[in-house]
Amino acid sequence: MKNQMGEGLREKRTLKQRLCSDNAVGYVFAAPFIVGFCCLTLLPMILSLYYSMTNYNFVQSSFIGLDNYVRMFTKDDKFWYSVWRTLVYVVLAVPAKLIFALLVAYFLTRETRIASLYRAIYYLPSLVGGSVAVALVWKQMFARKGMINSIIMSLGLDRLNWMGDKVLVMFPLALLTVWQFGSSMIIFAAGLKEIPRTYYEAAEIDGANAFQRFLKITLPCLSPVILYNLVMQTITGFMVFTQAFIITQGGPADATNFIAYYIFKQGFAYQDMGYASAISWVLLIVISIVTLLIFKTSKRWVFYEAGSED
Amino acid sequence: MGMHAKKRIDKILYHGLIGGFGLIMIYPVFWMIIGAFKNNNDILNHSASFFPTLGWHMENWGNGWKGYSGVTFGTFFKNSLIVATVSTFGTVISSSMVAYALARVKFKGRKLLFWCMLGTLMLPGQVIMIPQYMIYNFVGLVGTYVPLILPHFCGQAFFIYQMMQFCQGVPRELDEAAFVDGCNKYMIYFKIILPLLKPSIVTTLIIQFYWKWDDFMGPLIYLSKPVSWTASVALKNFADASGQSDYGALFAMSTLSLIPVFLIFLIFNRQLVDGVSSTGLKG
Repeated sequence: MKNQMGEGLREKRTLKQRLCSDNAVGYVFAAPFIVGFCCLTLLPMILSLYYSMTNYNFVQSSFIGLDNYVRMFTKDDKFWYSVWRTLVYVVLAVPAKLIFALLVAYFLTRETRIASLYRAIYYLPSLVGGSVAVALVWKQMFARKGMINSIIMSLGLDRLNWMGDKVLVMFPLALLTVWQFGSSMIIFAAGLKEIPRTYYEAAEIDGANAFQRFLKITLPCLSPVILYNLVMQTITGFMVFTQAFIITQGGPADATNFIAYYIFKQGFAYQDMGYASAISWVLLIVISIVTLLIFKTSKRWVFYEAGSED
Repeated sequence: MGMHAKKRIDKILYHGLIGGFGLIMIYPVFWMIIGAFKNNNDILNHSASFFPTLGWHMENWGNGWKGYSGVTFGTFFKNSLIVATVSTFGTVISSSMVAYALARVKFKGRKLLFWCMLGTLMLPGQVIMIPQYMIYNFVGLVGTYVPLILPHFCGQAFFIYQMMQFCQGVPRELDEAAFVDGCNKYMIYFKIILPLLKPSIVTTLIIQFYWKWDDFMGPLIYLSKPVSWTASVALKNFADASGQSDYGALFAMSTLSLIPVFLIFLIFNRQLVDGVSSTGLKG
């Protein structure tokens, strides 16, 4: 009897000890992520790879090998046009957004109360810009009789058909993205604060003017932050959806039929889930290649201070 | 004297440019708010003027509130609130747990998990949208809030990463002292890490809430019945239904849908800006 109790106690202690070991604690606390990663990321990716080789459409599913990919690369002009227009949009919107963000952050480096008020004002569009509400306002602003055309006409010019022209339509959409430069601006502002004042003072003594100081000190010192913003904004840029869905519905003549929107249409409007999965994979590969290219070229223009390279 | 004058002109020029540009920046937002008081004729034919030229129209708010196919915006806002609140709660709980494990507990496979976490951080969400939908469809959860909420209880990589960085700033001596006092590693999470993570949790609350409030694609894909729509999906359908006929009501409901975001902006501006600059929010 006594013996049994002792045995039980020891077992309990070892169980408790086991529960408190680093491994057990680690797995208990990381469990949400482990489960989520396996079921909501890894499994979907594997499934998506499989379904990209089927013609699954909610009703039937049969294995068709690489037919979806063959169709995408050889028969589907819409797909290529969609990739092209997404690239045009990214190249138009992302650099403009970053340049704006950097310039405004640069002019607002002074630590005054009014500067932080200005920063707050510039940040507001980033908060509301992704919403359906603002997309609807944008649509009305650039409509035929919208605010922008009224201003153009009051200047004595002809109104522009923003939503009906394949070239013009990129501008309202890109502008909506550029308008949300606030969060990039704040990241730049934090980076600018880290640049030692002594660098600027030394350059001033050497007779460098403001423009030279910006070019030779600010840009190189800030280049790691520029790289970070460029990568993040490029990835987000490739995923553009809400604007195309609400403002243009992919039009005119597929000019804003961006990839994310095309996947959505193939999957949910045409219920061609197999083909949509295949496009998703190609999109992932396109984004990876672009990101990799940015990182590769970054070795030439990103400077790390000595000692901070690791 | 000349120096002084020049300095003053510089100052006026600086504030004129920066302030003027700021006004242009937020003009569309104010134009929408004022638009909520204009009638359709005013919005369509006098769109360049800021204030109403054809009187103030309060009826827009009532007309808009009526909503879509018999469901009022009261229901849509309630739905948005439920989804955003529960998701935010889930994100805070799960992300802080995972961050604690990854930053503080030395367990087997920690490195691998960390790289998986970074991978999901870079993975564009829309790439797995289709297969995720198929899984939820298979288990019969399409049409419920589960697909919108469940992922938030599995930790959100962006916030895990942010909290991990914050954890690294908490001195390890605190853990050790608590351990000596008889706290096990579970209690350390509740007694040391969670209270000290507070600033990071506040940032997470704010950012996750407004992201989820604004989210459009998720509700668009998963919710088909008007009764279950969130405000963003309802607005889109309301716009399609009223078409060119009632912009005032549309702007009134758009304005209402942004009120939570405006409030966050006004109350938590400081924390938002700090949060963005310390974590590198993507926008």
